[in-house]
Amino acid sequence: MVNRQSTNRLEVKLTKQYSEQSGFSLDVDLHIAHTGVTALFGPSGSGKTTFLRCVAGLERSPQGTINLNNEIWQSRDFWLPTHQRPIGYVFQEASLFPHLTADENLQFAIKRANKSHAIITYDEVIALMNIEPILSQYPQQLSGGERQRVAIARALLIQPQLLLMDEPLAGLDDVLKQEILPYLEQLCRRCRIPILYVSHSLDEVIRLADYMVVLNKGKVVEQGETQNLLGTLGTSFSKYQDASVLISGTVEKQESQWTLSWMNFGSQHIVFKQGNEQLGDTVRLRVQSKDVSLSLSKHNDSSILNKLSVVVDDMEEDQQDPSMVMVRVLAESTPILARITSLSAHNLKLKKGQSLIAQIKSVAVLS
Amino acid sequence: MLLSSDDVTAIWLTLKLASLVTCLLIIVSTPIAWWLARTQSWLKGPINAIVAMPLILPPTVLGFYLLLFLGPQGSLGKWLGNIGISLPFSFEGLVIASMVYSLPFVVQPIQNAFAAMGERPLEAAATLRSSPWDSFIHIALPLAKPGYISAAVLGFAHTVGEFGVVLMIGGNISNETRVISIQIYDHVEALEYGQAHTLSLLMIAFAFIALALLYSLQKRSKSTSLIGSL
Repeated sequence: MVNRQSTNRLEVKLTKQYSEQSGFSLDVDLHIAHTGVTALFGPSGSGKTTFLRCVAGLERSPQGTINLNNEIWQSRDFWLPTHQRPIGYVFQEASLFPHLTADENLQFAIKRANKSHAIITYDEVIALMNIEPILSQYPQQLSGGERQRVAIARALLIQPQLLLMDEPLAGLDDVLKQEILPYLEQLCRRCRIPILYVSHSLDEVIRLADYMVVLNKGKVVEQGETQNLLGTLGTSFSKYQDASVLISGTVEKQESQWTLSWMNFGSQHIVFKQGNEQLGDTVRLRVQSKDVSLSLSKHNDSSILNKLSVVVDDMEEDQQDPSMVMVRVLAESTPILARITSLSAHNLKLKKGQSLIAQIKSVAVLS
Repeated sequence: MLLSSDDVTAIWLTLKLASLVTCLLIIVSTPIAWWLARTQSWLKGPINAIVAMPLILPPTVLGFYLLLFLGPQGSLGKWLGNIGISLPFSFEGLVIASMVYSLPFVVQPIQNAFAAMGERPLEAAATLRSSPWDSFIHIALPLAKPGYISAAVLGFAHTVGEFGVVLMIGGNISNETRVISIQIYDHVEALEYGQAHTLSLLMIAFAFIALALLYSLQKRSKSTSLIGSL
């Protein structure tokens, strides 16, 4: 979990005047813990890429200040050029050097890396990104997904204190995305390198980010820990059709007879399809609000396995679709969203503090 | 042997001149091309025009003004005269005149190659702790290699083919300024058509080979061009 009290943090204050040319302005003042994965989330044109490029020093914001752990990168009268900032950068397009093989691209980074700050070894990176078999090939001989894995490996081998990723999956089709996401998850979970991850894909952000910053039209509209933010009503997320929450816990039981695993959180548990997780592992499950139904009593005559005791916390009408409401319930302290019809809410006479059973039709394992 | 010893001397002189001019032009053109490919200054248009002017101007105009400029009464010529250097009607003067004459043929291919690679490879290099100079040597130059090859072939071939500028500023001094094109002119003046034919056919063959080489290189570099795949 992200430690908000940490003194290690990235402080960025940026302003860019609205210009007809670029069509947007930027006005943010962010303090982000220098740990874990922070996602910058927002629609295209919201300024998230510009923000990232300013942090990298690839773009200038005249009145900006940027510092990492009290080390100044930009102030009123100081500018640290990109090549002196301890960052790694993954562009949307892999941007490998085309005249160098995959391995020579990695060597380019290794030669220039900050040796005194080594956090990850060559062998670890190769294994993490699984690029051993393609090292001798030139970028144009690689698939889009392979290129991006080499680009991520290259950014890691510069031994960055902060890894900046600008929509690394946006240029890839869905099949390739699914191919790379597991590598990114591994990277986010296993590496000690703090990551700033820009994306407009809620799916990616849910899977990868510990902390989220939502940008719109160059301004920060919401921020918070992913799990809390997703479980809050009135945010831009609860308005999504596929609004989801994250539930994390530990694997306490596995029954291979049914190929199912039991995840414990608080005094309750959720059953999910067994994957490659081990007993005692921490797993994150995604529960979509449309897969959650509410009932007043526990039905033992239903096919649904997951029935949690919950308490109604809050409700929000769907602005677009008056026939639906979003109900926030708490399973002990864990928020869960249920998207149900207004009629059902009326019939159940839902009110704050009421005890209910939440039935969950399906869950997705994230990591 | 169809070639007289004067012909052979002229051929060697021409090759020496063209090689030297090409090498010097590659060095001089690199910073000009780099600046032109990347600047957003309003000076870009005027400088581009100045570099391209030898493409349009009659060589006699270039030769005429270079002669005045480098001559004993010219601004540079006077100063050089004081330290005992006289450039008109010398090989060195011819080198300088040829560099002016062939400048656009060397600058433009290199400029295009720098422009085609775009900002991204250099940005990527900067995020990999590569200083601007380091990026230039290890990224920009290798990526611009096809441009450099075109520039070298064009610069060399164009220098071999010059006539008017040589006539104006070099004159006709054996083993100093009498290049192939002047030698052919001399043969024709003396009605030695056989020898004029030999040298002229050599020039045609050379021009064909140079251009064929250039186009086949360009085609190959396009099919394997990595710039687009970035």
